[in-house]
Amino acid sequence: MADDYILELDDVSKYFGTVIALQGVTLRLKRGEVHCLLGDNGAGKSTLIKTLAGVHQPSSGAYRVDGEQVRFNSPREALDRGIATVYQDLALVPLMSVARNFFAGREPRRKMFGVIPVIDMNYANETARDKLAEMGIRVRDASQPVGTMSGGERQCLAIARAIHFGAKVLILDEPTAALGVKQSCNVLKLIHNARERGISVIFITHNVHHAYPIADSFTLLNRGQSMGTFAKRDITKEEVLDMMAGGTEIQSLVDELEGRAA
Amino acid sequence: MSAINESVTNMIHSNRAKAPEEAASTDERVRKISPWRVLLDRPELGSIAGTVLVFVFFGIFAGGSGMFALDGVINWAQVAGYLGIIAVGACLLMIAGEFDLSMGSMIGFAGVMVAIPPMYLGWPLWASVIFAFVGSMALGALNGYLVVRTKLPSFIVTLAFMFILRGLTLVLSTGFANSTIVSGIGDKFTEDPVVSALFQGTTLHWLFSALAGMNLIEKLPSGDPVVAGLPKVLVWWIVMAVAAGFVLARTRFGNWIYTVGGDANAAKNVGVPVRRVKISLFVLTAFCACLFGVLQVADVGSAAADRGLQKEFEAIIAVVIGGTLLTGGFGSVIGACFGALIFGVVQIGISYTNIDSDWYRVFLGGMLLLAVLFNHYIRSRAAATK
Repeated sequence: MADDYILELDDVSKYFGTVIALQGVTLRLKRGEVHCLLGDNGAGKSTLIKTLAGVHQPSSGAYRVDGEQVRFNSPREALDRGIATVYQDLALVPLMSVARNFFAGREPRRKMFGVIPVIDMNYANETARDKLAEMGIRVRDASQPVGTMSGGERQCLAIARAIHFGAKVLILDEPTAALGVKQSCNVLKLIHNARERGISVIFITHNVHHAYPIADSFTLLNRGQSMGTFAKRDITKEEVLDMMAGGTEIQSLVDELEGRAA
Repeated sequence: MSAINESVTNMIHSNRAKAPEEAASTDERVRKISPWRVLLDRPELGSIAGTVLVFVFFGIFAGGSGMFALDGVINWAQVAGYLGIIAVGACLLMIAGEFDLSMGSMIGFAGVMVAIPPMYLGWPLWASVIFAFVGSMALGALNGYLVVRTKLPSFIVTLAFMFILRGLTLVLSTGFANSTIVSGIGDKFTEDPVVSALFQGTTLHWLFSALAGMNLIEKLPSGDPVVAGLPKVLVWWIVMAVAAGFVLARTRFGNWIYTVGGDANAAKNVGVPVRRVKISLFVLTAFCACLFGVLQVADVGSAAADRGLQKEFEAIIAVVIGGTLLTGGFGSVIGACFGALIFGVVQIGISYTNIDSDWYRVFLGGMLLLAVLFNHYIRSRAAATK
């Protein structure tokens, strides 16, 4: 059965000195599903994804990829196993062109005059343009700076790049946090798109309205502990919201504001 | 609302025959950029405009003075060449987001590294030239290592080396030569055919003679051209500029330089070896400074403790006039070369005019300020869009 899961964290804890960042968290990502990781600020979401991405090593517990126990010493090693993380800062350089950003660190090369290795800019431009087009973003000219793109487009560029370089698991850190309604919608479409291609996605957010439509299952984190994983059919949006720390608190705030305070 | 969007999108697409239907969403609309805007986005535009400006200025005020005669041209081109060599190195380093304030002191230090061993320790000149290059590059690597290791601003680390190297230059020259000038090295250059061929005097003599023979360039009463040949410093400048420009624009390492300067954290996250890139560029600036020093020692025939004073600032000014951002991530080698050219033309040109040459620095400061304002405008346009 373990083979159903592409990524598994089993009873993982992470301590930073005296601070317990994660305590006995279990997270199982099925092949080809969109798994939403929900939690308020300080719930341990960042630590969890950094553990998945190979930035942190678990203090205890097991991390399995394709059923095989792993211990990543660097993000590079996780990347080599097809686990790509798109952080909130996107790792894009605004002043550089779309194509140069797309291939930064992994530039395609050809030999000029048969000897001098140069970047194959034609290939880079065409590939960047095509891959973005597949994501529904039209770039007329892949040599335009990324700075001219909208936040949503940049998010899509970062995701398209991860997919192009062979991501089997995409970890998206709050991809909709800084976006407007329409742009968030585009990113959600893109996540759906990735799932269609058989890519498994971990989608970190604290916005249930973004998470609920796209997710197949939810894991809720609160104060470093998992409150459980739920399939979408077993839980309603309101229940998810309630389980997040904010749910009851917002309700009591609403009550208070409306003069119904107990 | 959507009708308006559609008509706008249609307008945008109207001149492109096969605009795909799915592009017609407001969020992903395709912008049209006029050729003028594309030109404005080039980093070197400001420096080219500046160059035209200074040429027009001196054309008016010094047109008849011989400044634009062949010997005059070689005169200011040589000044530009020296500065251009270090500006090329400074340019790549600044695009990668760091400074090297020790370049000027490195010029002086490289000079004594070349001059002292043959004069006082009995070394052959070729050995001391190699020693100077290896020594400078090792110091550059140390600069770079300290910067990436301590994560201190390179401004401070290289400022320290600016003083350390200047002081060492003085200590060594007074210690060995009992003077701030180490003289007599010019003869050693002339005696060494290889080193002389590489760094001393001029080249392409046959071309200049031939041109003089065809009356295409001015010649002396004897029939020889007024200028014997192309100074080696200009050859080196061109070689360095072409090589650096090529690396920056076309190679993987060039892309890494841009990425590191644009956002070092992003560069690390996409797997660019940030430290290696930065250290190699500090080595490059040290190499350029040493090249400057060796060429100057070969030309003047001596090394001196005050050589290259303030050259680091002149290099930075040339680079900034050339459109490179002080914060890194954007710039061009061609721009830096035009920046150096402006320097040469202004510094030499002002003595051809009736203007008091004391105004030289005022003029340069003004150029710098204008260039920075211009670059700031470009950057805010390129990066501020969200």
